[in-house]
Amino acid sequence: MAVTVLIPTPLQRLTSGVGEAMVSGSTVGEIIGDLDRQYPGVRDRLCNPETGRLRRFANVYLNSEDIRHLQNEETLVKDGDELSIVPAVAGG
Amino acid sequence: MSFVRGLKCKECGQEYPKEALYVCEYCFGPLEVEYDYAAVAGQISRDVIARRPQNLWRYRELLPLDGDPTDGLNSGFTPLVRADKLARVLGVRELWIKNDGVNFPTLSYKDRVVPVAMSKAKELGFDTVGCASTGNLANSVSAHGAKAGLRRFLFIPHDLELGKVVGSLIYQPTLVAVNGNYDDVNRLCSEIASKYRWAFVNVNMRPYYTEGAKTYGFEVAEQLGWRTPDHLVCPVAGGTILPKIYKAFQEFERMELIGPVRTRIFAAQAATCAPVVRAMHSGQDFVPPVKPAPLSESVDTSLRIGNPADGPYVLEALRETGGWADMATNDEIVDAIRLLAATEGIWTETAGGTTLAVTRKLIAAGKIDPNGSTVVCITGNGLKTIEAVQHRIGAPMQIAASLKSFEQVVLGGGASERAAAGVAG
Repeated sequence: MAVTVLIPTPLQRLTSGVGEAMVSGSTVGEIIGDLDRQYPGVRDRLCNPETGRLRRFANVYLNSEDIRHLQNEETLVKDGDELSIVPAVAGG
Repeated sequence: MSFVRGLKCKECGQEYPKEALYVCEYCFGPLEVEYDYAAVAGQISRDVIARRPQNLWRYRELLPLDGDPTDGLNSGFTPLVRADKLARVLGVRELWIKNDGVNFPTLSYKDRVVPVAMSKAKELGFDTVGCASTGNLANSVSAHGAKAGLRRFLFIPHDLELGKVVGSLIYQPTLVAVNGNYDDVNRLCSEIASKYRWAFVNVNMRPYYTEGAKTYGFEVAEQLGWRTPDHLVCPVAGGTILPKIYKAFQEFERMELIGPVRTRIFAAQAATCAPVVRAMHSGQDFVPPVKPAPLSESVDTSLRIGNPADGPYVLEALRETGGWADMATNDEIVDAIRLLAATEGIWTETAGGTTLAVTRKLIAAGKIDPNGSTVVCITGNGLKTIEAVQHRIGAPMQIAASLKSFEQVVLGGGASERAAAGVAG
């Protein structure tokens, strides 16, 4: 499955400034894995290295839906989906 | 002179320069402003602060600017009202209302955080500001930005109350209504902030913005006579202000401006969107996001954030201080808005109704000691959320423009005779 990933500014040092990447995998976890192959180090920034789970301040949205409302890292993805990685924002 | 050393990740401690950075590159934790407290301690005292103008900048050594403030010179220092009449109804000895519903110029606590973010944005060379907002923040950025002459892009959910929409539009910003809820608006603004070099006050200006919220706590302590209350009840949406009030108290203690802080801090949310309350009640140290109940089922809109960025820090503050969290139903919120208005002459928005309703519950549950002092945090003005109460407060009595009609309709049967006797007597 080919998925577009939106990469936020804090991770763009690892992607040489690239803000959008085409990534493949069948779950959100696999997408993050493939992103890490393309841009080594991304996974450790997003996920706790000990548990492998997303860090508590990293938000990941699949087609605008928070994956914590879906099946977290096990959420299935399909061709053409968009995955957005978003740091937390203060209230307003 | 600046007392800011830089920024530091609240999660892993990684240090960063004082720039438009807001999230740790290593762990995604939020960045916090670091001060040279030893230097600050040599500069401020109760006397120095008391001699300054009554605005939020009287605590400027503990705010994150390098130069002089340029915005919000009339903002902050809102009334702390002793609420004896309300205290009698609630059965407590000493009750105070800190009323940011009359903050200048847009009638909410956001008039504290915005001037700090905006002055800092100008220091950093931005000419465009923006925000994601449930209404009050957009109002404040719109007004302060108009005065500062900045370009403004404000993003709100599409279904806000009219008062909050008009309260932004009047200052002629670019106001964008997004088809989605606040959490959707937040995500979109993060994506926009990644692409355009604008100062989003609650995104890339977040470390500076949130520091402005401390001034609410500084004022409470100063206005109480340089002490902190036994209890403080605060509304929670994104979770910015509650931990910052706690930080303000701690900084004043550290600066020896007040004695040891023993305040127990409590969080209030609406039952229609209560992620922090649920996390507290189930003993978690993170806040699983919730989907807010549909707007048609929610009286409150101002606290309607299902994924509160600072939720974990709210939980920390509650636990460290021995506080608690609770939520209020729609009816309880409206009843509390009416109670505050009828007893103390203060009309608050739904966030304030939520906070007072939860205060009542905490008193009834024995979580708040009726013999101690309690501050209720009112952060917004009821004029902006007329929809919440308009069908629950009765209607004017309709009469003809005649004395007879007044006496018949308003004073009721027999009143005209009594009135006549009174005049004759």
